[in-house]
Amino acid sequence: MRSRFRPDTIPDASVLESHKPLIRSLERRGLIRGGVSLGALAMLTGCDVDRPESVESALLAISRFNDTVQAWLFDPNRLAPTYPESMILRPPKFNAYYDVTEVKPVDGASWRLELAGLVADKRPWTLADLHALPQRAMVIKHICVEGWSYIGGWTGVPLRTLLERCGADLRARYVAFKTADDYPSSIDMATALHPQTLLALKYGDETLADPFGYPVRLRMATKLGYKNPKWVTAIEVTNTYPGGFWEAKGFPWFAGL
Amino acid sequence: MHESSRSGRRLHPLPLRIMHWVNAVVMLVMITSGWGIYDDDVIIRGFHFGSFWRLGDWAAWSLNWHFAGMWFLAINGLIYLGYGLVTGRFREKLFPIRPAELVQTVVDTLHFRIAHDDLTIYNAVQKLLYIVVILAGIAQVVTGLAIWKPVQFSGLVAALGGFQTARVLHFAGMAVIVGFLVVHVTLALLVPKTLLAMLSGGPRLGVSAPDKEEPAR
Repeated sequence: MRSRFRPDTIPDASVLESHKPLIRSLERRGLIRGGVSLGALAMLTGCDVDRPESVESALLAISRFNDTVQAWLFDPNRLAPTYPESMILRPPKFNAYYDVTEVKPVDGASWRLELAGLVADKRPWTLADLHALPQRAMVIKHICVEGWSYIGGWTGVPLRTLLERCGADLRARYVAFKTADDYPSSIDMATALHPQTLLALKYGDETLADPFGYPVRLRMATKLGYKNPKWVTAIEVTNTYPGGFWEAKGFPWFAGL
Repeated sequence: MHESSRSGRRLHPLPLRIMHWVNAVVMLVMITSGWGIYDDDVIIRGFHFGSFWRLGDWAAWSLNWHFAGMWFLAINGLIYLGYGLVTGRFREKLFPIRPAELVQTVVDTLHFRIAHDDLTIYNAVQKLLYIVVILAGIAQVVTGLAIWKPVQFSGLVAALGGFQTARVLHFAGMAVIVGFLVVHVTLALLVPKTLLAMLSGGPRLGVSAPDKEEPAR
């Protein structure tokens, strides 16, 4: 029952009722403060604010439409190009929303992969459990939304295998991820079931190094780099849109290659 | 009967003017949002576009502008190509280009002898520039598709020489279009009646015989 995605105890609905006046006054205060600072900003820059709310919501609406188009363009049977092992970049490129020096290593022995949502068997998985599953290796191009790219070699458990073993509802819409570095992410089920979507345990032949997601990270050949969370600690299968770290800041959700 | 009704049409028919100005706005959106995306991982080391030139206050919004604008650019562009081919406008306005005429126009231009009395006829340099920019626009859609969907269109990416090459080609296509824009806008401002013609439609074509001139309802 316990899920990393939901609070352990659901707050009582009466809380909302009793706090209504407070919330309302906060909203009003925020509105005034926002209006004043927006005006101050406009005066400082001497021009219009770059991104009015109406423009922002129109752009986000088109971005959601693009998600639909991308899902339609996605061919579940099309494999991304692969490369010889000699082309693997060692070590891979590090990228996160913080610097490499701030990486907090995860202890593989006590690490557990928790399962939540539309999954029949929610027993947590150990690292040894994952190593016992059939493995797949792929040498693929990592493409960042910024424009850079490199060739990396990844070995691990196809996400499809794990989802099948734990009895996940494969007709659900989303597979969501929680990570040790607080980088929530989510993907569509079609991509989750793609043969080049791995829970990677190794880079090339070597165990993943700490900065690249030890013990387990997601690696997909069919999505942009930011869709590949490292240090995965929990997976949820759901029909409710889960969003993600960069998606909450405006980046496209589907981000398919 | 068809011929006579067509004879009174303007230099720039209304559909063409609409497409031109839609394209003008969308091109600016695509170029400036593209600069915002470019700045996150530059192709030319040390070369950035200042924030004044970028659409979107950071990469997420530059991307959203770019991925919204692309639909308008592609659809408007497809209609324009269809229109130019079906009405014969391309054949009529842009061809043929004779090399001797091209050289002569360049020489004349360098001597500041630019003839612009008759807006209805494009000189050889104009024809060439319009063809180049139309091809560059098509190339941008193709290279853009390649870097947007390098797995779904992996054959296209391979044909272009790989993902990074496609990316550089997309940047180069932008440079060609911006180069055209600079010349195009400068000349339009130097000869304002060309600009007005693109707003009002310009002179009527093929009305040499007075009896052919029909009152505009």
